[in-house]
Amino acid sequence: MSNTFELKMNVNGRDQIFDVHPHDRLSDVLRREGYFGVKVGCYTGDCGTCTVLFNNEPIVCCMMLAGQAQGASVLTIEGLSQGPKLHPIQEAFLDVGAVQCGFCIPGMMLSAKALIDENPDPTEDDAREALSANLCRCTGYERPVKAILNAAKQMKEGK
Amino acid sequence: MATRPEFDVVGKDLWRVDGRQLATGKPAFTDDYPQQGMLVGKVLGSPHAHARIKSINTSAAKALPGVHAVLTYEDVPKAKGPIGRRADLFNRVPYTRAGQDYPEPSPWDFFLLDDKMRYVGDRVAAVAAETEEIAKEALKLIKVEYEVLPAVYTPEDALAEGAPVIHDEPDVLNVKDPQRNVCAGVDVTLGDLEKAYSESDEILEGHYYSQRVQHGQLELHVAISYMDEDDRLVVICSTQVPFHVRRQLSTALGLPVGKIRVIKPRVGGGFGGKQEMVLEDICAALTVASHRPVRLEMDRYEDLTAARSRHPMRFKIKTGVKKDGKLTAIDMRALVDAGAYGSHSPTVPTNTGNKNLPRYKCDNVHYEFNAVYTNLPIAGAMRGYGTPQGAFALECHMDDVAESVGMDPLEFRLKNTVRPGDKDYLSPHIYEIKGISDTTGEGWPIDTCGLEDCINQGAEAIGWHEKRKAYAEHNATNPVIRKGVGMVCLSQGSGVAGIDTANATVKLNEDGSVNLLIGAADIGTGGDTVIAQIVAEVLGTDLDNVMVIATDTDVVPFDSGAYASSTTYVSGNAALKAAEEVKASILKVAADMSGEPADQLNLKKHHVVADSGEPVLVEGQPLTLKEVAMKAMYGHDYKEQIEHTAHFVSPVSPPPFAAQFADIEVDTETGVINVIEFVSAVDAGTIINPELAAGQVDGAVSMGLGQALIEEMLFDENGYAMNKGLIDYKLFKAVGMPKLQTIFVETYEPSGPFGVKAVAEIPVNGPAPAVANALKHAISVRVHELPLSPERVLRALGKM
Ligand code: FES
Ligand code: FES
Repeated sequence: MSNTFELKMNVNGRDQIFDVHPHDRLSDVLRREGYFGVKVGCYTGDCGTCTVLFNNEPIVCCMMLAGQAQGASVLTIEGLSQGPKLHPIQEAFLDVGAVQCGFCIPGMMLSAKALIDENPDPTEDDAREALSANLCRCTGYERPVKAILNAAKQMKEGK
Repeated sequence: MATRPEFDVVGKDLWRVDGRQLATGKPAFTDDYPQQGMLVGKVLGSPHAHARIKSINTSAAKALPGVHAVLTYEDVPKAKGPIGRRADLFNRVPYTRAGQDYPEPSPWDFFLLDDKMRYVGDRVAAVAAETEEIAKEALKLIKVEYEVLPAVYTPEDALAEGAPVIHDEPDVLNVKDPQRNVCAGVDVTLGDLEKAYSESDEILEGHYYSQRVQHGQLELHVAISYMDEDDRLVVICSTQVPFHVRRQLSTALGLPVGKIRVIKPRVGGGFGGKQEMVLEDICAALTVASHRPVRLEMDRYEDLTAARSRHPMRFKIKTGVKKDGKLTAIDMRALVDAGAYGSHSPTVPTNTGNKNLPRYKCDNVHYEFNAVYTNLPIAGAMRGYGTPQGAFALECHMDDVAESVGMDPLEFRLKNTVRPGDKDYLSPHIYEIKGISDTTGEGWPIDTCGLEDCINQGAEAIGWHEKRKAYAEHNATNPVIRKGVGMVCLSQGSGVAGIDTANATVKLNEDGSVNLLIGAADIGTGGDTVIAQIVAEVLGTDLDNVMVIATDTDVVPFDSGAYASSTTYVSGNAALKAAEEVKASILKVAADMSGEPADQLNLKKHHVVADSGEPVLVEGQPLTLKEVAMKAMYGHDYKEQIEHTAHFVSPVSPPPFAAQFADIEVDTETGVINVIEFVSAVDAGTIINPELAAGQVDGAVSMGLGQALIEEMLFDENGYAMNKGLIDYKLFKAVGMPKLQTIFVETYEPSGPFGVKAVAEIPVNGPAPAVANALKHAISVRVHELPLSPERVLRALGKM
C-alpha cells in the first residue's frame, strides 16, 4: 500500500493536495475525499453518474486515472452552489420535478452547466444532446430537458 | 361519485422534501456512509448453470494476508441438536428473499450458501477482505471442483420428460411441484367457455412473448453492515423493504429480530429490483463471521445477472366475439420463466391475469399460468409486477380481435372495458386471500373508473381519428417510411388488498412543526413528499413544517414497504389517520383556550379557525397553531407532546386506469421504428403533486419503450449472459425519446387519502403493446414477440 504520490488539483475553486495510488481512478479519489456527489453507477464509463467538469468539460471520471488530473481544475456538484442559495440549474430541476431518485442528478446538472456556459441559448435538441452521456432511469429526460431550458432562460435574464 | 374538495397543499407542485439534499449531492445514499475500517465483501459466482460442488478448498484464500472471512456452504451446515444452541455460526434453513409480508407466498427455496449451483453467477462463496484487490485475489484462490449437471434454459425444456430437477433438495418449502420444476401455478375458469365459443361469430387465437428485461436503476445493489456498540447487527442498504429485510435476515442468520436494525437511506432507484434481499444476507453474514464492518456492492454485470429481472412469459390467448364486438369468452394462458429461484413467481403471474383481464367485461374467462424453474438468473418483482407482460399479450390480441369484426380498436375498447360500478370478477378467485371483500360473490367493486375519459382525452391529444385514416392512406401508397398510431387500455391496483400494511407516527413540536415517522420506503418516487403533503394538508400547515423520518427499523413504525403502487394509497392513509388524530388533540386544546367547541374548529394556514373559516380569537388575537402547540407542551394542565400513531390496511385495492397512445414511423428498409409521440391519459384518482406524478409517468414510459424496442437479456448455450454491462444492455437516452404528453383524468377515490389511487406502475404497462399496435397499423402485420427489433420487423415484412 506504499508508493502513493501527490496529486495537486483544484476542486471547486480550492487548491488541494491528495495522496493517491497509481491505480486510483479520479472517481475513487474524489469520493474518498468526501465529494460524495460524484456517483458511481457502473465504473465502466457507460452511465454518466460520475460526470464532473474537468477544466470546464464534462467527463466521466470513473474512466480517468487520478494521475491524469495533475494540475487540473475540477467542478463537482458540491461546488455548483455556495451557501444556502441554489444555482439556477438546481432550482429549475426542483421546480419542474426533474429530480426523482437523484442518483443521476449531479451528473446531469454538471452536463447542463457545461452546455449553458458554452451556449446560453440552447434549443431542446441541444439540451438532449448535452445529456447524451447521462443515463437516467427515473425521469424519461422530459423534465430534466425542460429544466435546462428554463435555467438557461433564467440565467440569461439574471445577467 | 365523491367530489373533490379544495386543498391548500394537496394538488400543488411543491419541491420534494429531499430535493435540496439530492440537488446538492449531499451524502445521502448507502455508499456515502463513512467507510473507516470497512472491509470489502465479494461473492464468487458459479461458472456453471447447473452443478454440484464436489469439493471446495478455501485454505489458500483464508491464508492470504488481509482476508478476514471466507464463507462457503460448509459454514452453513444442517442444525445439529436444538436450534438456538448456536453450535455453528450459521445453520441451513430455507428462506425466500422476496420482500413480501410474512408468510411470504414465494417458495422458500434459497439457502444462505448451498452446494448446488442453479445458474451462472449463483453464490459459491463469499469473502471479506481489507481491499478490493485482496478480496478479488482471495476469490481466485478458492479451489472448487464441480460435478456439472445438465441444464435447461427454457420453461418448455424444464417441463419436458426427464428434464434435470433444479430444486431436488428435500428441505425446500412451498414449491408447487419441484420434481417437474414447477414453482407455482394457477388455473381458474369462470363461466362456460366452450358454450361461449360455440355462440361466437369469430374466434381468434394468438401467441405472444414478452422478454427478459432489467430494472436498470442507476444505483447498484449495495449494503453496509456492522455490529454496533451493543453488539446488534446494523444493515444500511438500498432497499424497498427494510422491515422484510430485517425479518428475513433474522431467518437467514438465526438472529432475533430485536438484534437487527435496518436503515434505508435515499435509494437511487428500485423499480422492484430492491423488493428483495438481494445481498443483505451475505453481507451481514460476512460481518457476523469477521466482526468487522463490511461493504458489499454488486458491479453492473452482477446487477444484470445475479440480481433480478422481469419474468419472461409466453402467452396463448383464445377469444370469442360477436359481430357487434361484444366479447363472449377469453382464455389466457401464460408459461412463465421463473429462473433459478422462485422469488415472486407465484404472485407476479397472478397479477398478469388479475390486473389485465378484468378491465374487459366478459362472462366466460379462463386464466392459467405455470411458473417454471430454469437454469437462468432469477426473475422477480419489477415495476408493473407481471402486468406489463400480460398487457402486451392482451392489448395486442384485443386489437386483432377488433379487426376480426371490422371495428376500430378504440371503439372496440370503449364498448368492452369497465365503467364505474362494474366488478373485478377475477381477483377474488386467484388472489392470495381468496374472497376478500367480495361480499356479493360477483367480484371486487370498481367504484372509481375514469377509463372512458382516458380513452377519449388521449385520442383527442394524439389525433387518433385523423391519424388512423391519414396514415392508412399514406401507407396504401407503399412508401418506404410507413406510419402508424396504436393504443392500449390499462389497469393496475393501489397496494395489495388485505396485506399491505402501513403505520405512521405524527408528533407535534412546540413551534407547530411536526415529525412524521413512516416506515414507507421512498425509492426516488417522491413518496416521502406526497405523504408529507397529506399531513400538512390535514394540519393546515406548510410542507416545510413536516419533517419526514424514514426509514430506520429502530425508529419508525412498521410498513410493508414500497411496492405494488402502495405508498401514497396505503402509507398515505396511515399518515392521514395519524394526522387527523393529532388534529383532534390540537383542537381539544384550542377549544380549552378559546372556549369554542372543538367540533366547530378547524386548522388552516397555521391558524385555528371556525368552521366558517373566520379566525378564532383569544384575547383579541387570532389563535395560531404554534400557540396551541406551546400550550400543549408546557401548559400546566397538559404537559404532553401531542403524538399519535395510526395504522392502515386496505380491504380493497382500487384500480387506477389509463389509456396510452403511440404515434410511430417505421423504415421498411431498415426495420427501425421511430416513436414520434407518446400520450398517456391516466386516472390515478386525486393527484397530490402533479409535477412529481407526471414525472412518474414519463419515467415509466421510457422504461416501457425500452421493453418495446431495445432491451433484452440474451444468454449463450452455457447459460452465460451476453449482455455484460450498460454498453450492451441499452437504456433509452435523452436523444431518441419521443415527445411525451401526460393527461391526468382526475377521479376521487373515496377510500384513498384525499381521493388518491396510484400512479407509479400503470404507465409502464402500455408502451410495448401501444407501439406494437401502431406497428400493426403501419405494416399490417402483427409482430408477436418483444422487443420489436429491426430484425423482427424485417422478418414480419418478409425481408429476412
Ligand atoms: S460510473 Fe462513471 S460512467 Fe458510470
Ligand atoms: S433521477 Fe433516478 S436515475 Fe435519474
